Amino acid sequence: MTRTLVSHAQMRRGRGRYLYWTLLTAVVIVFTLVFIGPLYWMVTGALKSGQEIAQTPPTLWPEDPRLTNYTDAWNQLDLAKLLFNTFYYAAGALVFQLVLDTSAAYALSKLRPAFGNAILGLMLATLMIPAMVLIIPQYVTVIDLPILHVNLLDSPLALWLPAVANAFNIFLLKRFFDSIPEEIMSAAIMDGATPLRTLWSIILPMSRPILGVVSIFAVTAVWKDFLWPKLVMPSPETRTVSVGIYAFSGGTPMNVVVAAAVIAAIPTIVFFLIFQKSIMSGLTAGSLKG
Amino acid sequence: MATTIAPGAPAEVTASRPLGRRPGRRKRRLQSNLTGYAFLLGAVVCFAVFSWYPMVRGIVMSFQRTRRGETTWVGWDNYERIVNDPSFWTAWKNTFYFTALALVLGYAVPFFVAILLNEFRHAKGYLRILVYLPVMLPPASALFLFKYYAYDPSDAGLFNAVLKFFHLPTSEWMQSTTMTMPAMVIASTWMNMGAAVLIYLAALQNIPGELYEAAEMDGAGIWRRIWNVTIPQTKLILSLMAMLQIVATMQLFIEPLILANGAGTQDSATSVAYLIYQHGFFQNDLNGAAALGVIMLVVLAGFSFVYVRLTSRRDET
Repeated sequence: MTRTLVSHAQMRRGRGRYLYWTLLTAVVIVFTLVFIGPLYWMVTGALKSGQEIAQTPPTLWPEDPRLTNYTDAWNQLDLAKLLFNTFYYAAGALVFQLVLDTSAAYALSKLRPAFGNAILGLMLATLMIPAMVLIIPQYVTVIDLPILHVNLLDSPLALWLPAVANAFNIFLLKRFFDSIPEEIMSAAIMDGATPLRTLWSIILPMSRPILGVVSIFAVTAVWKDFLWPKLVMPSPETRTVSVGIYAFSGGTPMNVVVAAAVIAAIPTIVFFLIFQKSIMSGLTAGSLKG
Repeated sequence: MATTIAPGAPAEVTASRPLGRRPGRRKRRLQSNLTGYAFLLGAVVCFAVFSWYPMVRGIVMSFQRTRRGETTWVGWDNYERIVNDPSFWTAWKNTFYFTALALVLGYAVPFFVAILLNEFRHAKGYLRILVYLPVMLPPASALFLFKYYAYDPSDAGLFNAVLKFFHLPTSEWMQSTTMTMPAMVIASTWMNMGAAVLIYLAALQNIPGELYEAAEMDGAGIWRRIWNVTIPQTKLILSLMAMLQIVATMQLFIEPLILANGAGTQDSATSVAYLIYQHGFFQNDLNGAAALGVIMLVVLAGFSFVYVRLTSRRDET
């Protein structure tokens, strides 16, 4: 391990050692309180009755834990439906991005048609445009697609197709494909493999790590997104879980809303705990070594 | 694993091919171009329809007005109307205030947290997971937690209970005009700082240990080492993250929408992005909203230009 701000030797001896362990313990306790504390509060708070939650000082553990808020949230907000919608949108966005962005990045990296770099430049330029600036014209486009004059409101395509226009994904994939030696490509072509075959049998199997990163980004983006699905999925049957909770929050007791928020957060937390290694390495690999 | 790739520079595929003039070379070139475009088609169509076209459309829309299906050119009318909106200047003031506060809190904190975490030899994985956990929560879920449980203005709220425990003055949080912004910054930093921490951690790990060693030999204490080694060595990522963060916080939207029901007490939470939403979807004024979007784009582009200018000039000296 490389040396950091404070040398190992200093940390291992006498006062340094004492200081190191004190600081480490303090940080572990403080961080647990700061980052898990609110989550604990959220989960147990939703177990309390409406009366208990308004009590001062608040109770650390519910006096009479009850699941009614959770069951009410599940039934009143039709969370099963909302969760299913969100899963469905996330899965579709994942498929569309994997197919279209991967093939685009493959074309830009390996097939290199004329004006490929200009196209890449135009794609990367969209990274500079803040999302809020585009929200109105994007909405207008979705309710009346140019040329086709189709209204995509309440259609999952309104989430899936814009998700494909993700320059960051294309950039990550292209950079990874760039690192695959040309010789492998030319050998495949020599053997008579078509470009599609080369992509499928040679490039993709070598690219599993980056495909994992892109998949994780694709799924979490749909799960976390709020304003866009709120605008293009307006009817109660097509809402995502975040939008559904927001829509119900006005006339629902706050404990029930929080219980629903807990249920909505469970899939992402589980997803994170399963994939945390790839998520964290992907995050840093993607954003740094450009 | 399949990731082990020979480090040699990839040779141009065309260079390894015999370059003689062969019949059909042109045709082959055309065909390979067409194959390339076929692979690009899906993504390019999506970019064209959902990014490039809306960009142009937004600017065009901001000079038009659509009423009952009829669209006419109206010059600068939309801009005039939006600037005269009573909330226009408040929204900009709030947005800048939020950005500045988020810079103080949300920018320095993750960097120092990363420095701290980088020193530990134990519990590293645990601490990283902790810091990143809130990033994975759907923002709507996290914000309802803050709204109902943390920022409860009575003493039953989490924050007030903690403040009371330490005998500190409690606050009315979202119901007080002065605490609205700090409360939104706290929630936003809690939700988002994990990503920045991990990015800084990766940057810190690339600093050669010898630099610290040399600095220590010269008698530099911990703060001097941070100032003279850590910060210069991570300057690039620090300045990039500052810019990304400013552009992101200028688009403040979901925090006021959920925490403050949009505008907040006496307009104390209205942001520019919320005003865009408000005009576009409640006042039935998509053209005015588009105009405000263009104003926002100009402001952010101007800011980015000046920022890049300033930071690159400093590098030259």
